[in-house]
Amino acid sequence: MNRALTLLRRRLVGSIFVLLIVVIGTFLLLEAAPGDAVDAYIVSTGGDAGMIELLRHRWGLDQSELTRLANYLWALLHLDLGQSVTFSRPVRDVILERLPTTLLLMVSATALSFGLGSALGIYAGAKPGSVRDRVLSIGSLALYAIPGFWLGLVLIVVFAVDLRWLPIGGIETLASSKTGLDRAGDIAIHLLLPVSALGFIYLALYLRMMRAGMAEVWRQDFILAARARGLSRRAIVRHVARNALLPLVTMLGLQSAQMLGGSVVIESVFAVPGLGRLAQEAVAGRDTPLLLGIILVSAVLVVVINLLVDLAYTILDPRVGASEVGA
Amino acid sequence: MSQFTISRRAVLAGSAMLLASTALPTIGRAQTPKKGGRLVVAADSEPRNLNPAIVASNGVFFISSKVVETLAEASFDGKDGLAPRLALSWEGADDGLSATFKLRDGVKWHDGKPFTSADVAFSALQVWKPLQNLGRTVFRDLEAVDTPDALTAVFKFSKPTPFQLIRNALPALSSVVPKHVYETGKIEDNPANIAPVGTGPFKFAEYKQGQYYRLTKNTDYWGKDEPYLDEIIYQVLPDRTSAAAALEAEEIHLAAFSAVPLADLDRISKVPGLKVVTKGYEGLTYQLVVEINHRRKELADLKVRQAIAHAIDKDFVVKTVFLGYAAASTGPVPKNDPQFYTADVPTYAFDVAKANALLDEAGYKKGADGKRFSLKLLPAPYFNETKQFGDYLRQALAAIGIDAQLVNNDSAAHIKAVYTDHAFDLAVGPPVFRGDPAISTTILVQSGIPDGVPFSNQGGYKNEDLDALITKASETLDSAARTELYKTFQKKVVEDLPLINVAEWSFISVARDTVGNIANNPRWAVSNWADTYLES
Repeated sequence: MNRALTLLRRRLVGSIFVLLIVVIGTFLLLEAAPGDAVDAYIVSTGGDAGMIELLRHRWGLDQSELTRLANYLWALLHLDLGQSVTFSRPVRDVILERLPTTLLLMVSATALSFGLGSALGIYAGAKPGSVRDRVLSIGSLALYAIPGFWLGLVLIVVFAVDLRWLPIGGIETLASSKTGLDRAGDIAIHLLLPVSALGFIYLALYLRMMRAGMAEVWRQDFILAARARGLSRRAIVRHVARNALLPLVTMLGLQSAQMLGGSVVIESVFAVPGLGRLAQEAVAGRDTPLLLGIILVSAVLVVVINLLVDLAYTILDPRVGASEVGA
Repeated sequence: MSQFTISRRAVLAGSAMLLASTALPTIGRAQTPKKGGRLVVAADSEPRNLNPAIVASNGVFFISSKVVETLAEASFDGKDGLAPRLALSWEGADDGLSATFKLRDGVKWHDGKPFTSADVAFSALQVWKPLQNLGRTVFRDLEAVDTPDALTAVFKFSKPTPFQLIRNALPALSSVVPKHVYETGKIEDNPANIAPVGTGPFKFAEYKQGQYYRLTKNTDYWGKDEPYLDEIIYQVLPDRTSAAAALEAEEIHLAAFSAVPLADLDRISKVPGLKVVTKGYEGLTYQLVVEINHRRKELADLKVRQAIAHAIDKDFVVKTVFLGYAAASTGPVPKNDPQFYTADVPTYAFDVAKANALLDEAGYKKGADGKRFSLKLLPAPYFNETKQFGDYLRQALAAIGIDAQLVNNDSAAHIKAVYTDHAFDLAVGPPVFRGDPAISTTILVQSGIPDGVPFSNQGGYKNEDLDALITKASETLDSAARTELYKTFQKKVVEDLPLINVAEWSFISVARDTVGNIANNPRWAVSNWADTYLES
């Protein structure tokens, strides 16, 4: 456990720099985008020169970029994420409201793609070159090639419009008074389609990695040795699978960042009130504080997930020391 | 006026009528409204500020016009196209220095306090005039509001102000908010901007960000037996395809403001239980306009602008881009406006040969590559149709040897590029006609407007004749004389082409057959819905 603590401490120090770069980079990128929050706002209202000047002043956009960045960083130092201009509310509140939804969506979709993907991968990789291996490989590739929004729309048309088994979107029944288990069940039903749409796309990745990994491990000496000792086929598959699982865990960490990106599209298609959709609205509205808040929270999430992955690594494969994992 | 509306509908949406024919029996059938029920409506955006007295925009009205009422609303058959709401009658003085409003008795705010002339005075002076996007212009010369008794409000103007303008502005600009809620603290930061308090048929109940708005029945409403509905829910559906799916899945009852894309209407009109309604937006006309940067020397030449006008096949645009749900424009006032429209303007028939000849005459001969000159073309991204028309215009210009380079931006970037940076040669914009040219139409051609004002003349156009005409109309008190001036205005604009009006369109609703009393006034989607009902 000492090793894990060292890793944690080194990671924390490194992360602060990563986050600082992310914040400044995002700020500059958004500043480089033409138009500011007032330009985005007056699209739907119009207004005269006096009103526009008033708005720029109220939202602090009449200050220079450098002043605003400095103010933001200073506030951030006090753990204040600032005020969202599009929602007229503290960024922290807006994000905290949406974060659980996105986390639920991401965790469920990751569990689906990782769980089902690696299980099918083991199934396919247990007999490389067999018919089931080929069918699964081709099927998963086809899924991987489908754009997420399209898969989402097809799922909506089939299961919500034609069959009417599932709701077409949202996170729960609107304005219902469900509580406790009822509410959890309601949310689960609403999440079924978006989780499938998001999870099935990445399923192929895990399946193919698992399968390829297993094919590789099959050829290794220790498997030959195990076979020579007369181990059962079941036991050998277990040995193969455990060794092939390691790269998948690395992938899991990397994938978490991509999953956040994928949720932008899926959340829009299924009208799920999550962080992804919020980020899209923040960009369209040039809401710098809100977008910075979202990016910051996402970055923290990715850093934490990768830290957990590295810790899991040290447990899964004791040969991997913390020093080798790096900061 | 109602007859005019019917004929205009036929013109505007000939094919729409065919599509909607299955729905018409339901619209026409006289039925006794039923009480109760929850109406679920699609919402595609979430306005940050729901106070219609500050933000007079359709997105805000769509939700808050059910909560906060105006002095008068638009009507198909009322005098001057108006029907009373919070005001029972209105009259302008002959000298244009005052206007008197008699208010409705027995009206209560949602918190139980009585509605009085003090609320009207407060709204007009503290909100419409200093803070409202449109009111800042229309109520610029409002000096005081006298309240001789609780049910009379007398607006006093520092300069003679045409009452015709004030009257035409009532449906959109006169939302009355409660003085007792707003008088403490900064009006812009008042929590009632997010959870509005009004006198309307529905009370604001809750807002779940990213999910829905909920309005509940105001049991103390002044309208007899109204409202019929118990609840209205606005379900936030950000994806344009999901509104149609939600209607088909019977999860929502109504998608207004063309939330169902035009291309889907043909299919959806055949779905049993759904109706496509083209009525109810007559007072919300959008205009498809080519904005011109007159700083470009080629475009400063009238012949070049005429050539561009001749190169555009308006009927093709109506048929192809709008699938028939629009009408070809003749000038800066839409055909469906009952007061100001005149057809007596020059016309520019679709004629490529003539356009080419005009460009040759102007001295811009075709080069060896068949091109005369290049232009930067910026289509506004707010509507599918403005983007598609941008593609069409590029091709139409290519046919007359003008090489247009499309620049696509998102909304914020487009607004900045066109109205602040003037980094365009041609732009495609969708200005709104708001019932009176002085509200948001004359600024499209008037000179001397500061940089950065959206939906205004930022093309560097200056025409002293037109400027003088606009000023004169703004000071003319007699309605008939004022209307004549705006007819001359239309003629002069089409003659000199500071911009080119191509088409005008309104929105379309898709609703379940069970929704009753929909589209019964020219601004239905943004009206109070007190008489809307649901059959079980």
